[in-house]
Amino acid sequence: MRKYACLLLALLTLAMSLTGCHGVNEKKPFVVPETFDETKTYEISFWAKNDTNKTQTEIYEKAISDFEKLYPNVKVNLKLYNDYGKIYNDVITNITTDSTPNVCITYPDHIATYMASDNCVVQLDQLLVNEKYGLGGSEVRFDAPKTSEIVPKFLSECMIEGNYYALPFMRSTEAVYVNKTLLEKLGYTLPETLTWDFVWEVSEKAAIKDENGIYLANGQKAMIPFIYKSTDNMMIQLLKQMNAPYSSEDGSILIFNDTTRDVLLEIADHVRTDAFSTFTRSSYPANHLNAGRCVFAVDSTAGATWMGSHAPLSDIPPEDFVEFETVVYPVPQVNPDEPYMISQGPSVCVFNKDDPNEVLASWLFTQFLLTNEVQLAYSATEGYVPVTLKAQETDEYRDYLSRAGEDDNYYYDIKINAAKILLDNLEHTFVTPVFNGSASLRNTAGQLIETVVKNVKRKKVVNEETIPQIYDEMIAMYRLNMDKGGPLPKTAVLLLSGIALVWVLIGLYAGINFLYTKRKAK
Amino acid sequence: MKKISAVILALVLAMVFACPVFAEGVMTYADYVAAELDAEITVETYIQAKQGWWENNGVGVATFYTQNEEGAYFLYNMPCSQEEFELLTVGTKIRVTGYKAEWAGEVELVDATYEIIEGEYIAEALDVTALLGTEELINYQNQFVAFKGMTVEDAGNGAAFMYNWDGSGQDGNDLYFNVSVNGATYTFTVESYLCGAGTEVYEAVKALKIGDVIDMEGFLYWYEGVNPHITAVAPAVIEAAE
Repeated sequence: MRKYACLLLALLTLAMSLTGCHGVNEKKPFVVPETFDETKTYEISFWAKNDTNKTQTEIYEKAISDFEKLYPNVKVNLKLYNDYGKIYNDVITNITTDSTPNVCITYPDHIATYMASDNCVVQLDQLLVNEKYGLGGSEVRFDAPKTSEIVPKFLSECMIEGNYYALPFMRSTEAVYVNKTLLEKLGYTLPETLTWDFVWEVSEKAAIKDENGIYLANGQKAMIPFIYKSTDNMMIQLLKQMNAPYSSEDGSILIFNDTTRDVLLEIADHVRTDAFSTFTRSSYPANHLNAGRCVFAVDSTAGATWMGSHAPLSDIPPEDFVEFETVVYPVPQVNPDEPYMISQGPSVCVFNKDDPNEVLASWLFTQFLLTNEVQLAYSATEGYVPVTLKAQETDEYRDYLSRAGEDDNYYYDIKINAAKILLDNLEHTFVTPVFNGSASLRNTAGQLIETVVKNVKRKKVVNEETIPQIYDEMIAMYRLNMDKGGPLPKTAVLLLSGIALVWVLIGLYAGINFLYTKRKAK
Repeated sequence: MKKISAVILALVLAMVFACPVFAEGVMTYADYVAAELDAEITVETYIQAKQGWWENNGVGVATFYTQNEEGAYFLYNMPCSQEEFELLTVGTKIRVTGYKAEWAGEVELVDATYEIIEGEYIAEALDVTALLGTEELINYQNQFVAFKGMTVEDAGNGAAFMYNWDGSGQDGNDLYFNVSVNGATYTFTVESYLCGAGTEVYEAVKALKIGDVIDMEGFLYWYEGVNPHITAVAPAVIEAAE
């Protein structure tokens, strides 16, 4: 009998090693310590995303250095990423080995997947209001904003299933960067609001070539009149503007509807005429815009420093730049009287650890990222908006906004005007419901457009009959649960399977051990 | 006359055996170059290097640098399981079907599927130093190439290299460095997904000093112009004068 018990124990150990902390080393919910223990040193890891922007890296480094001076017993290790998707993949991998970072820049959609592991992400509600260590608490050693000083809409975007699991760090939206010179050459005048109808009409005209394949609009052999960076945002915003379903708060997937089909068929028409393309197919919108090969380039306001003929950042050789006037607009609208645009940008979450003081150190650092100094410096690196009213209402920020165009760097007009789009349209911004699977649904939204673009270019039939086939492909590809609740990513399935296996083995071991003991007692 | 016939026959036979023979439906490199973007392509080629395997929305994918006796093919994010990825070692012959695409000047095969077939070939690095700055260089896109006797220049930060293109990265990210020859300077990259921190080339580039004269090998990648992915760096070999 002892042999069986040993064998089971060995199996259990193996299972535990394969599944890391989960199941066996399940985290207890975090409870705020009475006092932050400063007799011990804490080393915390901060996984951050930058937009391949050196100034942003320097701001992170300075924030860490300033924080460490205030809390000498805390050391913050920075790990940099250029891509939210890579952070997401790495966090998922590290959840299985109990080696998550302490603090992480992320999207609420991603947090919803992390939350498949209980108490993995710290619920922040109690921390926000903690008298001593909460936002602007009595024991906090820096001038942190109070909860009421965070833009309420931005804070509400960090709420998942009724609780806060992140703090907003920066906010942006999307913008259309317009080559006004080219547009006027085509005989158009910019309207007050860009509508989809207008954008498609101009783009069709810009796609006309002469008999030698030269585009009449720019005199070049290359031209993408309208290019979109994030096709998931394109679809999501179009559906919102058309009041069409996408998903529900309870996680029902509603995207596969007739409006989506109509949107896809319209896009297909403009791909056929070469009036439209995407980043996935044709590279960065900025590269085409700045070379005079594009009339409308849609990208994040957080990419504004790359856009325009005087852009301070660029990937194309200087000789490829073309001189033109750049104007920034909110994303195209279906109904100018009822505008909608996405709210996006990085948020910060805190991962749970065995030592509550380590979590508290992480929280204090997270809070430090919301100080005016960090908020104002980071927001000025791109067309970002600070997430606190405390920062937005400073003289320094007002002065910054008022000086658009004074130079082509810190006061680059396109960047500041892009930020103003969000500031002026806060009431028109929206986010999509967050649930376990919402990240996959977002990918699906973009992939629908990418698939249509690809199929048209590969001379495959795209029409009313073939759109349902594309829907089926997407449902299979992203393993969308069409009943409810959305898909469970493969990694999450693995994680949950591991936990289940460990519990089964524990049960077996306990059962056999009980029988063995009972038998021995006889 | 017999001698002439024998020579001609020998030449014909030599040409036949020198040219790779492809199965039916498999394109030559010339066919591939001539094909339009978005055309379906089938080629037989050999793995020369691979970037790291990863999961894209639950599907395992990896990017491969491949080449046959005629030319090179960059296979971007080709689906394969982790086990299959391990089997695709340098020299392995594969038959690939995918779609021709271009991204920022880089011509590649996307949405590809493959099968491993019998055969092995590892390309020798072709010295293209003299072609830098010429229009001819793009004809060798994605091939395994060598650059000889180039001088390390300031990367833009007073040092010989930067993490990421603007210095925004940290150890483990791509390395960017400038090298010059014949009065022109070019930016080369150590792509971290191909040769990450700890690899010989990654550490060698970190040890470079401005003014070093070096020989390099790598793949002739393109991003808005030539942007080689360097896989080996060594002090330049000065050939002794005869």
